[in-house]
Amino acid sequence: MCEKLTTLPDASGHFGKFGGRYVPEILIPALDELIEAYAKYKDDKDFVSELDFYYREYVGRPTLLYHAEHLTEALGGAKIYLKREDLCHTGAHKLNNVMGQILLARRMGKPRIIAETGAGQHGVATATACALFGLKCFVYMGVEDMERQELNVFRMRLLGAEVIPVTSGTQTLKDATSEAIRDWVTNVNDTHYIIGSVVGPHPYPMMVRDFQSPIGRETRHQMLEKEGKLPEYLIACVGGGSNAMGMFYPFIKDESVKMIGVEAAGEGIDTDRHCATLSLGEPGVLHGSMSYLLQNEDGQVQLTHSISAGLDYPGVGPEHSHFKDTGRATYVNITDAEALDAFQLLSRTEGIIPALESAHAVAYTSKFAPTLGKNETVVICLSGRGDKDVHTVAKALGVSL
Amino acid sequence: MNRIDKCFAELKSRNQKALVCFLTCGDPDFATTEKLVEKIVESGADIVELGVPFSDPLADGPTIQASSFRALQAGATVRGVFETVRSIRQRCDAPIVLMTYFNPVQKYGLERFAKDAAHAGADGVIVTDLPVEEARDWKIAADSANIAAIFLLAPTSTKDRIASTAKIASGFIYCVSRTGVTGARNELPIDLKSLVDTIKNASDLPVVVGFGISKPEHVKQVTQYADGAVVGSALVSVVANASSKEEAVSRAGEFVKSLR
Repeated sequence: MCEKLTTLPDASGHFGKFGGRYVPEILIPALDELIEAYAKYKDDKDFVSELDFYYREYVGRPTLLYHAEHLTEALGGAKIYLKREDLCHTGAHKLNNVMGQILLARRMGKPRIIAETGAGQHGVATATACALFGLKCFVYMGVEDMERQELNVFRMRLLGAEVIPVTSGTQTLKDATSEAIRDWVTNVNDTHYIIGSVVGPHPYPMMVRDFQSPIGRETRHQMLEKEGKLPEYLIACVGGGSNAMGMFYPFIKDESVKMIGVEAAGEGIDTDRHCATLSLGEPGVLHGSMSYLLQNEDGQVQLTHSISAGLDYPGVGPEHSHFKDTGRATYVNITDAEALDAFQLLSRTEGIIPALESAHAVAYTSKFAPTLGKNETVVICLSGRGDKDVHTVAKALGVSL
Repeated sequence: MNRIDKCFAELKSRNQKALVCFLTCGDPDFATTEKLVEKIVESGADIVELGVPFSDPLADGPTIQASSFRALQAGATVRGVFETVRSIRQRCDAPIVLMTYFNPVQKYGLERFAKDAAHAGADGVIVTDLPVEEARDWKIAADSANIAAIFLLAPTSTKDRIASTAKIASGFIYCVSRTGVTGARNELPIDLKSLVDTIKNASDLPVVVGFGISKPEHVKQVTQYADGAVVGSALVSVVANASSKEEAVSRAGEFVKSLR
């Protein structure tokens, strides 16, 4: 399906010391089955051409690489491009991964699909693909997220999915993921679990990366076409990190291309209300893999906060942890307030309302681009559109709708 | 001979099977856990499993999730669990096995966790989310601290996996009765015996069955072919539903007595 750019993960699913399969024994055979199925189909001609067909005809790929002239002008530094994943069907990059996994689940003969969701984008993408293929769909979502993303809850229900409220723990993405894993442990024989990011036990981090890598592959091609060179910088937001990994991975061997992942600093990294995992976490195990993790001195997972539900997660994909430790990518963070400013900046300068998640990448760019020369280029992965966030933003700005 | 081996040997000589009872350590607090353990051992529990509370217990059903949460709210820590074991050990000789998730262990440090658990008087550790492939370092740490590394096997485990788990397991093998998370059930799966037989063919270790066992009939049924039965959520519920700590202790005792 895509050119093999690294030898990682190794056969046991590790990226250096990160990754692996830290799950209850019950799930290991299901993961083995998934590893085998993915290995069998990822380069299979029929599978690849079917996936290409749906990427093109249904998801809307390739997405545009747009030169953000006015934003560039407003910031006065590097030339800025936006990779328009917000133009994908369902409004975010999430469908890239879902489409790949759903075609795989169909070949594996699994009629029942489960997913977790934070912002609701992955839940909507999963519900969409299940509607398309007539599969039963159950989406786990924290009650707090259901409140702040009620529009997406309704969209999922319209698409025929059952949204299961999660009331345990923090009632956000972390607990929705735990609950989805519990469902999978229970219904493992007929169920495929579509994880929405490059997290979880092997083979998920690798598989989701591969299914998201059209983002970077297209960007590489489009930049060569438009600029005749590769970009100097790639900037993407990182919660679990799937849009960032999809953008970064195809450039992994291009040493001149620097990669910057932007985490959510919430109310500030000097407070305890953030989710800047790579900036402040320590290696640990959550949801099946070893990676950086926000945890206390006793190994208990910490509470997190971000205005963006999609970034509000105490873990991160293991390959990002590997990139951090090897220095292949750097990771920075942006507060709620900075993301809100960027949300408005992009709306006004380019007429593009970004998702709050993607606004974190825009916010970092707005600080960083002015420090660069005009001959340097930056590509922002605009991972999703902001319609789902207008209520949240209105509330944060003190506007009642 | 260590306490786990000795326990199974003695039971065998009396032609009995092991009743293994699970409590979340620190729910409702450490002092009550100590009293609960003494009480259930006095009432017929042969082996005590103490859950190390974790913030994200993804293999547990609602009962033990809530119990873990209460323990953490009450301030439970890994160090506190070890202190509790040490204190119980002064008055009680029953084998104590810690059941935990991997993150608290790795954060504490594998070697240090194994050593401190053993020094406190624990006899074995079950790490719920650590399958054999990821367990190499843990096994080394457990062996050098002389504490049993106990592993889970499940209805989905293949023959190869049963064999590779049998190879590194010590203490006993914990056979999960069904796919799913922990929690009381009305019925047990029917094909359990063949799974236990397969495991027993691959290993000389005692095999105990857990998950969903909540009634005396279940214990009786399972111990016809297995070496022991684990009762967890049902006992945790008894503790949770009592109106006072004193009542929790006496009810837990009555419940365990009823299981024998």
